[in-house]
Amino acid sequence: MSAFISNLPGKVTSLFAFTENPHLNGGQKLASKYFTVAMVLFLAQLLFGLLAAIQFIWPGFLFGWLDFSVNRMIHTNAMVVWLLYGFIGSVYWFLEEESGTEIAGLKFGVIGFYVLTIAVTLVVLVYLLIQTGPGKDASIWFINEGREYIEAPRWADIGIVVVMLIFFYNVAATFAKGRWSGVSGVLTLDLVALAGLYTAGMFYLTNITADQYWWWWVIHLWVEATWEVLVGCIMAWSLMHLLGARRKIVQTWLYIEVALMFGSGILGLGHHYFWIGTPDYWFSIGGFFSALEPIPLVAMVVHSVYDAGVHKFKATNHPAMAWIIAHTFGNFIGAGVWGFMQTLPQINLYTHGTQWSASHGHIAFFGAYATINIAFFYLAVQKWRGNVWMSGDLSDNGWKWKWSIALLNLGVLGMTVALLIAGYEQAFIERAMQGSTWNAYFAAQSHPWFREAMVWRTLFGLVTIGGLGLLIWDLLTIGKDEKRPALVLTDRE
Amino acid sequence: MSHQPPNWASEARWKKIAIWVTAGSFVLLIFLTFDTLSKTSVGGERVRAYSVINQEIDYRFDAQKNRYMPVIGKEAPLFGKVVTEAEAEQLVTLGKKTVQSKNCMNCHTLLGNGAYYAPDLTKSWLDPNWINPENRENLMLAFLKDPVGNARANASGRVMPNLGITDEEAHGIVAFLKWMSAIDTNGFPNNFKTINAKD
Repeated sequence: MSAFISNLPGKVTSLFAFTENPHLNGGQKLASKYFTVAMVLFLAQLLFGLLAAIQFIWPGFLFGWLDFSVNRMIHTNAMVVWLLYGFIGSVYWFLEEESGTEIAGLKFGVIGFYVLTIAVTLVVLVYLLIQTGPGKDASIWFINEGREYIEAPRWADIGIVVVMLIFFYNVAATFAKGRWSGVSGVLTLDLVALAGLYTAGMFYLTNITADQYWWWWVIHLWVEATWEVLVGCIMAWSLMHLLGARRKIVQTWLYIEVALMFGSGILGLGHHYFWIGTPDYWFSIGGFFSALEPIPLVAMVVHSVYDAGVHKFKATNHPAMAWIIAHTFGNFIGAGVWGFMQTLPQINLYTHGTQWSASHGHIAFFGAYATINIAFFYLAVQKWRGNVWMSGDLSDNGWKWKWSIALLNLGVLGMTVALLIAGYEQAFIERAMQGSTWNAYFAAQSHPWFREAMVWRTLFGLVTIGGLGLLIWDLLTIGKDEKRPALVLTDRE
Repeated sequence: MSHQPPNWASEARWKKIAIWVTAGSFVLLIFLTFDTLSKTSVGGERVRAYSVINQEIDYRFDAQKNRYMPVIGKEAPLFGKVVTEAEAEQLVTLGKKTVQSKNCMNCHTLLGNGAYYAPDLTKSWLDPNWINPENRENLMLAFLKDPVGNARANASGRVMPNLGITDEEAHGIVAFLKWMSAIDTNGFPNNFKTINAKD
């Protein structure tokens, strides 16, 4: 046993031996490790989501063993963490290319990866095996903080902040050593905000109004502000890399998007402050600014389609380019349109805390964030295979990536529509008609419209899982027997 | 694309705009945060003192404000005992920590935030499902300690699992729920008829 434990670091690192690939630079090797764990967590997200979806149909399923609360928590937490792993990996991926130098303190970055991954594993094991604790500080520190999306116990929060600081050091020190650019400047400042905001969720308050006030600082200012700008940076680099888009144009777009994103998103935070006990001036501030939040997302669609059109869709990596386009449309429809539908307080009074939000959550997180990470996975696989051809005319006509992108998008869209129907039904029957009592809640939950929607959601969930299975298969095999080198873009500046 | 972009589309100009807009928005948010936190401190009009659990709480339509508002009434001590502010805070704190440790928010919503598998708890103290205000505390305590044994049939078929909630923790949760029901939530939920409402 002790021999096993002393060999453990070697066993863990040997799991990632395949990332030691001569085609990759140091940052890209580390990025590949992050991407691998991200894919595992993506799969976990979908499987635990499926369990939770089944419990809506058969409430007795796994009752007392893996209750809805546990499945739902792992479903959402796995999502947050795999998206973060994808973002961190993407930044490590382009760090050396963008800065023109080797990564500063790479070995700390590698240690940070293992520390974070071991911490994530421990947190999930505790979620699964211990689940809940007594009403004491020790539970909040070591089992579960009990605050949606950031349930990770406090010890893990501290670990996350430490790893984020290492990541920030890698990024800032590398750019400082090499060269700065518009993309790297925005990225570095955004990471300061992203890491700093997490600390707003790291203290206990009995006053639930103040508690939720700060909790939204983390959730909203991550998801609807700093994450959006982070993927803006990732997309800016991707468009230059994939299409050979001109840096000057891409960076100008990035600044426009930052202005619009932060200009609407920071005060758009107010749309979470309608009903938690906070003053009613947030109706006007939150309603107005959050209604503007779709504008930068429209700009992103224009930006990507314009750039792709100008370059006649001649891209170095077709699957990645397709996922980038899926990202801009998904971001606009999921975050923009679905968010706007319920952002004004006049309608939010009836939709707040119903399946409307679940509907919005599914399409927004997928459209805005999962898509761009998947695009990067394809970039990584291409380089890992030796920078092989990944434009048109792939072997098998690229059916696997085409079917997986179609199934994943169809699956998520189907779940979104099913949940929206459930949300409409809840808003009308439970809220508007019956006044939100417990009886009203159960009347809405057992209505045929709601039950049917839950069945459709589960079926489309299975379609999504099918799409993911195909995606994993494709990522493991694409470019395997490819001999042609990657397309070289000639008009790059 | 060799010509210079027009002035309004210049990179340098948008960089400046991005910085000013971000900084301006953030400064405004800080200012609003100070104001909001001062208006939502415990003991104010919006978030009541913890000792509000010594009083009757209701939630009624306010014609002047044109929305539902919490109404604080005569003395009605929880569990038959008037508590001091410090004792009340201790009890509500135990309740809040238990609500977090038992992961309530991943089935229920609190102030409308959380998961949608079980009912919202914002006004659960006032829910007509407890039938009789006199017996409500006992029903709530019994339910929390053994939700499976005390499950009320509902058409969804969902049952709350036993979470090992102790008697002391159950008292804390009930105190927390009573205190939370007195928070002024700007009229959310709308049209909610409480246990005290006359048909």
